[in-house]
Parts: sequence; C-alpha cells; structure tokens
Amino acid sequence: MKFAVIVFPGSNCDLDMYHAVKDELGEEAEYVWHDSKDLSSYDGILLPGGFSYGDYLRCGAIAQFSGVMDEVRKAAEAGKPVLGICNGFQILTEAGLLPGVLLRNKNLKFMCRTVGLKVENNNTLFTNEYEQGQEIQIPIAHGEGNYFCDDATYNHLKENNQIVFSYADDFNGSRNNIAGIINERGNVLGMMPHPERAVSDLIGGTDGLALFRSIVKQWREANVSHA
Amino acid sequence: MKKVKVYVTLRESVLDPQGSAVMGSLHKMGYGEVEDVRIGKYLELVIGDSERDVDALVNELCHRLLANTVIEDYRFEIEEVVSQ
Repeated sequence: MKFAVIVFPGSNCDLDMYHAVKDELGEEAEYVWHDSKDLSSYDGILLPGGFSYGDYLRCGAIAQFSGVMDEVRKAAEAGKPVLGICNGFQILTEAGLLPGVLLRNKNLKFMCRTVGLKVENNNTLFTNEYEQGQEIQIPIAHGEGNYFCDDATYNHLKENNQIVFSYADDFNGSRNNIAGIINERGNVLGMMPHPERAVSDLIGGTDGLALFRSIVKQWREANVSHA
Repeated sequence: MKKVKVYVTLRESVLDPQGSAVMGSLHKMGYGEVEDVRIGKYLELVIGDSERDVDALVNELCHRLLANTVIEDYRFEIEEVVSQ
C-alpha cells in the first residue's frame, strides 16, 4: 500500500507519520508537498500534525486552500482512506470534509501528555484491529483540540456512529469528550491524538500501531487477491 | 478604492475562555461592573476598483476564509477611500 504524507509549510509530524507506515509497517510512503496537483498514484492520504501556515487566522484555515486540497477532496470522493491527525484534523474540518471545528482548549493551555482513549467504533477501516470499547493510551499535543459542533450535528454523528474515539477524561472541553470522528461514508477520519507517536515501545507505547494496521488490512482485503 | 473593516466575533453559543480569563483579570483589578468580555478579530481590507459588487465580494471572502460560520459571526463596514 502506498501512502502520501502531505507536507504543508509548518507541518511538523510528517516524519513521525512517514516512520509509522514506512518503518514500522513496511509499506510505501512518500512526502508530498502542499502544491502537488496529483495524488492519483497513492492508496491512502495522511495529513500530519503541526502548525500549517503558522495557524494564522484559524488552525487549518489557510491550508484548506492549498493546491493539494482539491486532490485530497478527490481522493476522499474516490473512497480512499484519508487520515488527518491534530492539525490534519483541523484542516479537514476547515475544508468541510468533516463537520464541526476545533476551539482553544478550555484551560487555554497547550497540552502535551499521554491520555486514555476509548474506541467508540471499531467497525471502520481505521479501527478494525481494535476491540469495541477498548481503552488505549495515545499522546496528545495541542492547544486547539476542543471539539465543538451544534446539537443537530452532534445527534447526526451519534446516530451514524461517526464518533470513533473519545477521551477517558475531559481535559480540553471537547463536546462529549470527542477525540476523533469519521465522515458518513467512513473513509475520512480526523482525530486530535497522535497514534503515529505510539508505534514503538522505545517511545513509550504501541497502541497507535493498530490504527495503521487497520488501514493496511482493509486495503489488502479489497485490493490484493489471495491465491 | 474602498477600505473594508471586518469584525469577526464568536457566536453567542460558543464559550470564549480567553474572554472569561480577561474578565476574571478585570474583576481582580477591581472593575466588578464588567459583566462579560468576548474577544474577536478585526481585519482591514483595501479593495481596488472592481466590476464586482463590493458587498457581495466581502460576504464571499468572509464565508470562504475570514470567518468560520460554524462558530463565528461577522459584520463589516465599507468606506470610500479618496486617492490623493
């Protein structure tokens, strides 16, 4: 499986994302600059964390109009897996590929620590290697991770099982502790925690590996015929 | 040429922790009469001569980029700039 790791000016988790799929899983991965006009040769699109365009105006607001975003939309429409982590999640909400928005943390602090997450929906192409309701430990690092949406949007997310991860504890003010959501079709996931930083015991844990394994497993089942 | 002053504010339904922190500070300073503080953004745009209706243009800019209407409201004022 071949991944594109999109690099915006100000991305800073691109190396971790690349490392997770390339070195830990042994899949193909390439860095793709934000003005690329063609993502057709990639099977999965990864939008990394960081501070694209310095977070000017609002997090992700300027990145949503990067040249590559038309291609990201096309990939999403084609049903390819699109994963946005941290700033990548913020970009996906600004671009309208996921509903809601990420606000300043309720305590106004940038928070960097490992937190407990609950897998709310393991029936997605991103979470099929987890157990339903499994508690995992994944690092967070964000100042704007406070997920906000109106009542109608929340009810819609809930009814469609689009809430994929929630925090075990409320620390940033996110509505109903939402940590990650998926689109209706089930191929675009945005989450604030960093699974790509939990792929080796050397760096404190491996609970993030199953997310990347899920993507690859699903893709293999759909695209590789077994003799 | 026109100067456009755009005010972007958080919607009433959205909590503003920054505003609350500033209000807390004002209260500590003794200004107990301050009942609410909301922090927003102020942008100044200079728009050159254009065929387009400026009002419609600025609305479009606000919708597409300057404000996120999920959480923010905006309003603007248009001033004629007389070139010297």
